[in-house]
Amino acid sequence: MARKKPRLATTSLAGCFGCHMSLLDIDDRILQVAELVDFDKSPIDDFKEFTGRCAIGLVEGGCCNEENVEVLRDFRKHCDILVSIGDCATMGGIPALRNMVPLQECLDEAYLNGPSVYNPSGKVPDDEEVPLMLDKVYPAHEVVKIDYHLPGCPPPADTLFAALVALLGNEPVELPYQLIKYD
Amino acid sequence: MVTTKDKTRRIVISPVTRVEGHGKVSILLDEENNVQQARLHIVEFRGFERFIQGRPYWEMPVAVQRLCGICPVSHHLCAAKAVDRLVGGEQLTPTAEKMRRLMHYGQIFQSHVLHFFHLCSPDLLFGFDADPKIRNVIGVAAKYPDLAKQGIFMRKYGQEVIRLTAGKKIHGTGAIPGGINKNLSIEERDELLADLDQMIAWSLGAVKIARDYTMDHIEIAKLFGSFESNHLSIVRGDGAMDLYDGGLRAIDRDGKKIFDQVDNQDYLSYIAEEVRDWSYMKFPFIKSIGPENGWYRVGPLARINTCDFIDTPEAESARKEFMAVTQGKPNHMTLAYHWARMIEVLHAIEKIAELLHDPDLQGTDLVVRGDRRDEGVGILEAPRGTLFHHYRINKDDQVTMCNLIVSTTSNNEPMNRAVQRVAQDHLSGKPEISEAMLNHVEVAIRAYDPCLSCATHAMGQMPLSVILVDANGEIIDEKTKQ
Ligand code: SF4
Repeated sequence: MARKKPRLATTSLAGCFGCHMSLLDIDDRILQVAELVDFDKSPIDDFKEFTGRCAIGLVEGGCCNEENVEVLRDFRKHCDILVSIGDCATMGGIPALRNMVPLQECLDEAYLNGPSVYNPSGKVPDDEEVPLMLDKVYPAHEVVKIDYHLPGCPPPADTLFAALVALLGNEPVELPYQLIKYD
Repeated sequence: MVTTKDKTRRIVISPVTRVEGHGKVSILLDEENNVQQARLHIVEFRGFERFIQGRPYWEMPVAVQRLCGICPVSHHLCAAKAVDRLVGGEQLTPTAEKMRRLMHYGQIFQSHVLHFFHLCSPDLLFGFDADPKIRNVIGVAAKYPDLAKQGIFMRKYGQEVIRLTAGKKIHGTGAIPGGINKNLSIEERDELLADLDQMIAWSLGAVKIARDYTMDHIEIAKLFGSFESNHLSIVRGDGAMDLYDGGLRAIDRDGKKIFDQVDNQDYLSYIAEEVRDWSYMKFPFIKSIGPENGWYRVGPLARINTCDFIDTPEAESARKEFMAVTQGKPNHMTLAYHWARMIEVLHAIEKIAELLHDPDLQGTDLVVRGDRRDEGVGILEAPRGTLFHHYRINKDDQVTMCNLIVSTTSNNEPMNRAVQRVAQDHLSGKPEISEAMLNHVEVAIRAYDPCLSCATHAMGQMPLSVILVDANGEIIDEKTKQ
């Protein structure tokens, strides 16, 4: 019997999904990754809940609402190694531009003041049905301990692949400059 | 926690069920367990329109694309088109316009392929009720390795087109105010030409898969989540499908034109968006008809319905075959989106082939400038439908107003209609939720390829939680898609 494969989980919090797309840009090497790991909870498959302990969790995006925080804590609980991938997870990224503006102003602009808005009731969407917004957008490591940070918007596919292979092989993650440079 | 407001019969469920997705369906039943209301709620909000204010306008093409990593090129180019107006550079040089078009067709190609092969093929190959464990691209690879690889390599090709025009595959920088920052070298062109024939062959094959699937299930397709609607897209001056540039055209359910060749800069006279308090996604509508009946569909199905013809031969004959199914009248079948999407894949690769053989791509005249303006609108056809970017700037070049109508937003009402229809057809009178019912709801939504809050759905099943509430406001069943 083959040794049980380690499990890999991924999630997209307050990100744009570009980091996950970059992961897909490893193209047919995804089949190699599938040889090395079993995918667990991830938008790439149908597991909505963790099925067991995971060796690695990849986190895209920071936290902009309470649901993000909850998912991130759940990841910390279930994963041995947690990796922030991309600028949103490592430092808030573009969504964190909202940290300069009161949240209410953002809502008013989108639902009351915009030039194409038709809103006779004058209400912005109720908060009751949606996860509570946080006052600010927080990078992942301000919420839970993060073991590795991979910068980039998004990190290139080769970076993600090299880091994954190293971590799965219990090797130190040594990435040449080309793979960790910013835009 | 549930509260009901009897008069409106609106149900608020709080806290939100713990799924990491951003889509939630709620279904409200009356005393006889008939579906009274079914809604798709969007629970995500970023605030771009406000926090982008104060930034310099030239950042828009690179900043705003961070809305969506699945179709960043759409936002990149749409913002660039608006910004072209700000610098008076909307008459691009042939090299600039063709490079941008090449980038855009690469984007359409990869995004549609991703949706069809990576996301939907498990449904088509394994059936709506298959084991969720195998319903992903790796499951497809295990059973149909050739098809999975074909999907992977087609997407890769589209991404390579983007890399060579935009500088990188995701969040590139190719388009700049009034033009483009690079042309296509002969070496780069040859790199893309090498795999072109294979891509055309596979695209023809993909149209066939989608067509056969639709025709084999045509009786289901006629009913499944179907409803009549208006359709909107941009079309070229002569009525041809044009995904990059054109005037706005809207048609009604019978194909009659509501308006045509509307100047992009005038969109506000024709389109508005209604705010409803139960979703963060607004509900666009055609102003002359009003919010009640003025909603419309966008995306591949709408584009095939609105255009008079496609100007590439293979896609045009595929379009004719498609339109023959409804005797030339608009096709209103939700499931027909897949077929329409693959016709666009074929169109995109034919366009790429045309462009790669055009020496203008090696031109060196990349940027134009004219008289500065303080307001600009850009509209293009993103993979998921018509996309609007609108900016105003002050004398210091800072953005003072940013209005974005994202493609998926226009399909908000249609997706809700599809959900409503499927819920009514498959759920009414049955007070318990089966896995199959969830799948049906999901399949209906997925046909629109929605980019919910920057597209959480894209690579797997869209996380859905369905909550069933009876006439007394009691939760009688609750299921999260596993
Ligand atoms: S880091 Fe960039 S690519 Fe990744 S989620 Fe954030 S904006 Fe998207």
